[in-house]
Amino acid sequence: MSILIIQILNSLFYASVLFLIAAGLSLIFGVMRIVNMAHGTFYAVGAFVTAWLVGRAVALGVPTVWTFLLLPVGAGAVALLGVAIEPLLRPFYRRAEEYQLLVTFGLLLILEDVIRLLWGGLPLSADPVMDLLPSVRIGGLIYPGYNLVVIGIGVVAAIGLWAVIYLTKFGVILRATSQDRRMASALGLNVALVYVSAFAIGCFMAGLGGAIIVPTQTAVLGMGIDALILAFVVVVIGGLGSLQGALVGALIVSFVRTAGIQFFPEIELAVLYLIAALVLLVKPTGLFGTA
Amino acid sequence: MMRADVSRAEPKLLLFGAAVLVLVVLALLPLYIGLYQTQLLTYGLIAAIAALGFNLLLGYTGLLSFGHSAFFGIGAYSVAFLLRDAGIHSMELYILIGLPIAALTSALLGYVCVRHTRIFFGILTLALSQVVYSLALKFFWITGGTDGLRVARPTLLAGMFTFTGGGAFQRFIDAYYYYVLAVFAICVAIMWVIVHSPFGKALQAIRDNETRAAFLGLRIRRFRWVAFLISGTFTGLAGILWVPLNGLTTPEVLYWPFSGEIVFMTLLGGFRNFTGPIVGGLLFTYLKTYAVATTEYWQLLLGVVLVLLVMLLPTGIVGAIATAAAKLRRKEKPA
Repeated sequence: MSILIIQILNSLFYASVLFLIAAGLSLIFGVMRIVNMAHGTFYAVGAFVTAWLVGRAVALGVPTVWTFLLLPVGAGAVALLGVAIEPLLRPFYRRAEEYQLLVTFGLLLILEDVIRLLWGGLPLSADPVMDLLPSVRIGGLIYPGYNLVVIGIGVVAAIGLWAVIYLTKFGVILRATSQDRRMASALGLNVALVYVSAFAIGCFMAGLGGAIIVPTQTAVLGMGIDALILAFVVVVIGGLGSLQGALVGALIVSFVRTAGIQFFPEIELAVLYLIAALVLLVKPTGLFGTA
Repeated sequence: MMRADVSRAEPKLLLFGAAVLVLVVLALLPLYIGLYQTQLLTYGLIAAIAALGFNLLLGYTGLLSFGHSAFFGIGAYSVAFLLRDAGIHSMELYILIGLPIAALTSALLGYVCVRHTRIFFGILTLALSQVVYSLALKFFWITGGTDGLRVARPTLLAGMFTFTGGGAFQRFIDAYYYYVLAVFAICVAIMWVIVHSPFGKALQAIRDNETRAAFLGLRIRRFRWVAFLISGTFTGLAGILWVPLNGLTTPEVLYWPFSGEIVFMTLLGGFRNFTGPIVGGLLFTYLKTYAVATTEYWQLLLGVVLVLLVMLLPTGIVGAIATAAAKLRRKEKPA
């Protein structure tokens, strides 16, 4: 029984991180109509920046309690990176999707190597953050408390994002721009600003995903490329541009994956891709998509 | 009337002459360049075949596939399996058996993928190609996992040429270059016929205006499916030719960034031209080889080139040259 609870918690932990990445990808697509192939790499940047910051802080003798605050800092750095990169994408908003895919693919190649340039090829870890929290006893088994925090962050992020999009004025502007860019512009909205904000929020979420997962594992090269494909699977299942879709998709992928690792490890990834292909065939817009 | 006919026949003849000239130059090149350069050129020709097939979808049908690594990889792994499990050493048999396998896979994946267009087509091809990748990765007792499978030098032309003993590597590269060149020439000829046939024209009509093509009575999905099939088979052939040269196949050729490389080479040459992907495939091979040789951060270099290319030369190198040539001609003949 307790092993089942642990597996469910593992799934939720994984779903939280996946939701953060996929929701960012979905938000960027929903508002800007760009499928950002570099999105997974933003997640990787978040992981590397955070691990590096934590490492520096520990080396400087900062009490480990404070290193917790470095997680949002890492995510914020990725948001800033997004703000810096968005102008580069501007010439492509009106061009064919092929070019948008290609330019973000180019961005992916560049960023992957920038990571290597800055931090070398060695994995970076941020264990002190993980060790900060005591383990929790569930039945007869031990579960790291930090993982529960990650699940909490995922829930808070989901609620927060929902609140921003559906309850604030900024959210109304965001949705209006996503529905009709020209009309929004004609009504006097600063569309360029909305685009930058959407891109920055999307990057922040991907960065946060990287920041919160890095204490439990290490930041390694190529983690972004793997994450991108899983995020694609999530948004394809849930529907590109849909927040609920990202949430449900992340939950489906995580639970299937946890079950897969347990029961059919050989075809665990293949099953995920097949589910995505199946959803595209039956309902191209995904479970919650409208576009 | 006569004049019109002559002016229509002339460019075709000119083109044929140019193609023969290029072929002769390619055939003579190994006499003047070293072994390493010949090997590199062979890689380039193989990449050109892959890009040529890919471009039937992107350039002529208007579908951007991000999953062509699957067909390349299936071609490569077919050869590895034929060698290991059936003990086949003949290159001709590799091609004869490998091609139907690649065609079958393309037909299967294509049947699913052509139900969508645009971005969904891209994601669907990506997802399905990664099914193949993850299977190759996880069933390591069959595929060798990340270690991949080694492939020995095959015999060419039904056993007429074998490559063992001293100096075998040099003899193999010299012979294999001409082998690949011949296959390349055949591929280019076939693709030329395809895109200039009524079938090819129908694909372009579908690309330019799907609704209008449908009203003309074209069965759009069927056409796209056949285009997908041909495209995947060409790229599969490239995989078959690639693996004896490389001597090893790993899941890396199935991983999606490799699909990105195929897209990259096609774009580099230009996807709105017949010759674009050929030039792109050759050029990309040299670009990547020299980037890898000169800097540890070759991906960065390639990424910058890609971004600049999309920004400044969206029609690729061949496209840009064609535009420049057209401008020049108009200046000469102001009429």
